[in-house]
Amino acid sequence: MLFKLSLKNITKSFKDYAIYFLTLILGVAIFYVFNALDSQTVMMNVSSSAQDIIKLMMNMLSGVSVFVSFILGFLIIYASRFLIKRRNKEFGIYLTLGMSRRKISLILFFETLFIGLISLIIGIGLGTILSQFMSLLVANMFEADLTKFTFVFSKASALKTVIYFGIMYLLVMIFNTVVISKCKLIDLLASSKTNEKIKLKNPYLCVIIFIIASIILGKAYYMVTYDVHTLSEVTDIIKPIIMGVIATFLIIWSLSGLILRISMSRPKFYYKGLNSFTIRQFSSKINTTVVSMTIICLMLFITICFLSACLTIKNSMNANMKKLAPVDAQFATLMNMDKDYDYYRGFGYSDNQIKNSHIKVTDMFKIFGMDITKYFKEYIEVNTYATHGLTMNDTLGSKLQMMKDKFPFLNYSTEETIMKISDYNKVAAMYGNKKYTLKKDEYIIIADFESLVKIRNVALENNEVIKVFNHSLKPKYQKCQDGFIDMSSNHINTGIVVVPDEVIDENYLNQNYIIGNYKVKDKDKIAALENKINALRKNPKVTDYLLPSGNTKYDIREATIGLSAMVTFIGIYLGIIFLISSAAILALKELSESSDNRERFIMLRKLGADEKMINKALFRQILIFFMFPLVLALIHSVFGIMFAMNILEVFGKEELFSSIIMTAIFIVFIYGGYFLITYLCSKNIIK
Amino acid sequence: MGNLLNVSKIEKYYGSRSSLTKAIDDLSFKVDRGEFVAIMGASGSGKTTLLNVISTIDKVTSGHIYIDETDITKLKGNNLNKFRREELGFIFQDFNLLDTLTAYENIALALSIQRTSANDLEHKVKDVAEKLDIKNVLNKYPYQMSGGQKQRVAAARAIVTNPKIILADEPTGSLDSKSAKMLLERFNYLNEELKATILMVTHDAFTASYATRVIFIKDGKLFKELYRGDKNRKEFFEDIIDVVTLLGGELEGAL
Ligand SMILES: Nc1ncnc2c1ncn2[C@@H]1O[C@H](COP(=O)(O)OP(=O)(O)O)[C@@H](O)[C@H]1O
Ligand SMILES: [Mg+2]
Repeated sequence: MLFKLSLKNITKSFKDYAIYFLTLILGVAIFYVFNALDSQTVMMNVSSSAQDIIKLMMNMLSGVSVFVSFILGFLIIYASRFLIKRRNKEFGIYLTLGMSRRKISLILFFETLFIGLISLIIGIGLGTILSQFMSLLVANMFEADLTKFTFVFSKASALKTVIYFGIMYLLVMIFNTVVISKCKLIDLLASSKTNEKIKLKNPYLCVIIFIIASIILGKAYYMVTYDVHTLSEVTDIIKPIIMGVIATFLIIWSLSGLILRISMSRPKFYYKGLNSFTIRQFSSKINTTVVSMTIICLMLFITICFLSACLTIKNSMNANMKKLAPVDAQFATLMNMDKDYDYYRGFGYSDNQIKNSHIKVTDMFKIFGMDITKYFKEYIEVNTYATHGLTMNDTLGSKLQMMKDKFPFLNYSTEETIMKISDYNKVAAMYGNKKYTLKKDEYIIIADFESLVKIRNVALENNEVIKVFNHSLKPKYQKCQDGFIDMSSNHINTGIVVVPDEVIDENYLNQNYIIGNYKVKDKDKIAALENKINALRKNPKVTDYLLPSGNTKYDIREATIGLSAMVTFIGIYLGIIFLISSAAILALKELSESSDNRERFIMLRKLGADEKMINKALFRQILIFFMFPLVLALIHSVFGIMFAMNILEVFGKEELFSSIIMTAIFIVFIYGGYFLITYLCSKNIIK
Repeated sequence: MGNLLNVSKIEKYYGSRSSLTKAIDDLSFKVDRGEFVAIMGASGSGKTTLLNVISTIDKVTSGHIYIDETDITKLKGNNLNKFRREELGFIFQDFNLLDTLTAYENIALALSIQRTSANDLEHKVKDVAEKLDIKNVLNKYPYQMSGGQKQRVAAARAIVTNPKIILADEPTGSLDSKSAKMLLERFNYLNEELKATILMVTHDAFTASYATRVIFIKDGKLFKELYRGDKNRKEFFEDIIDVVTLLGGELEGAL
């Protein structure tokens, strides 16, 4: 009997449940998909280092999944509390008819059980289908070729999903039982009255609170953007975050009162069509949901920042890789280390290594028994120089003190890397970078690490004259020029001083480079070659001779791909969960009020409002409700993203715009989807 | 060509074939432009149903209702809403105020739905509020008002748009005699000065006596019609009481 009753209840209140149900199914499906990612890669032909990264990624995703299950758990409990509240009257009637509380709890138990089972079955089914599409994405990321399509079902992930969601549903059951056993009959029956008290907040208080909140928020924004260099410790960021959270709450609280007041004071607007009705509806709703609105706003904010940061990292990494690792390999070895014996000893180099540091890269490889040039189709050999006579103290010149005050943590006495213009041009030609010409008395600084570029530009703008091996040189450009010599995955070139060839004193040779492209093109053959080079480390001679260190495209690529895949997946995973959670809360709130709204809209029809007017009013009402937290979150995000970009500057900013666009598409799709469904369901209910 | 409303052989059935209720059973009558008609009948005689089908809130089972030659039983969608918005004013048995809006806003809403400008709006609302003595509740919400006040606000909302026909279901039902009189005098003013046509359902002979004609219905059928003619209100009231006695005094508490 009870079993039947709960089944009936679910089908009857499907309109209320539909969006909750949809959210659960989506939650389950996404949980499954991201925990099944590794099984998607099993049939792919990925390298062993990629395999390791995938393992690491799965561990990270597991951790994230725990966090995700907390969020979904809260969402489910919130939603079921909400749905119980809506049904208080129904339970009240059961109680007056003499049904025991235990039985009502049992009804709820069965309902949760049904919903749980069905959402798990459909969710895992949907997840399995989505996983197949995910394989395409995974293959694309790890640049594996998906030769043949294999249908994959991950038992491990399915089991994990069942266990995690099972626990969540169990908690909901316990929670429901507690709620039912505590409630009083009179409250249950009385809760049907819609006569919610409507209190207008004191407008002056609202204005004052709003101003205070704006000031707090402005201060927090300032702290994380223009004043960001004062945040030296990780814990320093907590203060502006707390300020932001409090300010968000206060702004929503005060705006909920002010919006109504402001629109009421503009009668031309307020008394136009159904505006007065729409605004009242909105303000009564937001008045009762200030806390939820704050949480939703913050979740949206985190989603926007996190997702755009993740996508920026991913996009930049891929773009950087193409630009910053343009050739197959670059090897270098330190020269003339005995000049700075103590310095290098301090780094742990052996006596013999230092003594033997007059051998160039190609000869050094020969000592280890390998003729490296034989493997290159084309290559160049270049040198860099360094001297105590030219450190950052010197290049910054008269601007040194100013910079020391501003950035006290930089080591200004590191020797600058010096390069001949002819050598640099060779490198530039190889890498596809811009080439330069220099007059006898000119120099250029090549750099791409954003914050050092800024510091150096100050000196360059001041036309600082430097002395290199007794030659006075003046800057050719008032700005650092883009370029690098060491290949890497990020913009980390802190500066190379490029000078006319005749300036150089060969005694100060610091590093010898060999840069080139291999003869072999095939990925597997390159891997084999580099394995052979890496194996040289096992050669016993390494204690006496310094094996040249290398940056290779293959290595950088492997590391980049893995990292960018990890970042992307975590970003999308959390992004979707946050978005569906916040959108679901809004949708539930809106839809559960549809029965009250139904009466109101019937009334409007009786007054002669036509369908167009009514639909417009409904659309606006829901739109404002959805847009309100989003707009505030967007404002937060402008500053949040600025802050994130400050931290992530090594990745470069070029890709920020496209990442923001992608994030926007993402939000429009999910959040907008929920909005549309809510609108269509509400329209259906008030019909 | 004075016929504003022409109700022609309408029937309204409720329920399934097995348990059929004939709420209205072959009813016909006409109302001329500028008439003030009261409809009286016992509880369950079909008064509310009649008003609902005329106001297009409900649909007839058969028959036709013409307003200005337009068959309103055939109106659909936005034409229906336009018709309601521009031609009708409603006052219901249950007050039907929007609970989220103040009295002022409730009255103003009827005007703003008609796209009245904000400037006209204020004095129109104030004007009608004065006439119905609800100036002091204008800023209150429905839950803060008494039943009488709510009904007066509902009445104010119905007449503020100067509709062609005012449809009122027991408009004085929850009013004290003073405000009932005030409302009815306002009806007379609308009827006589603005030539508005009023169709009012009531079980109260005093209220009915303000009308120019009274239609009595019984079991969904027309029972009798009374014209006021040249009689004064008091004489008309006594005529009505006579018919009420004839009907069997069942009208008590017909709410
Ligand atoms: N929605 C409905 N469903 C079924 N029967 C109804 C409905 N509305 C009214 N009735 C029936 O129609 C008859 C007329 O009702 P009504 O018009 O409300 O009477 P009055 O307003 O004169 O008291 C009554 O017998 C009533 O029970
Ligand atoms: Mg009635």
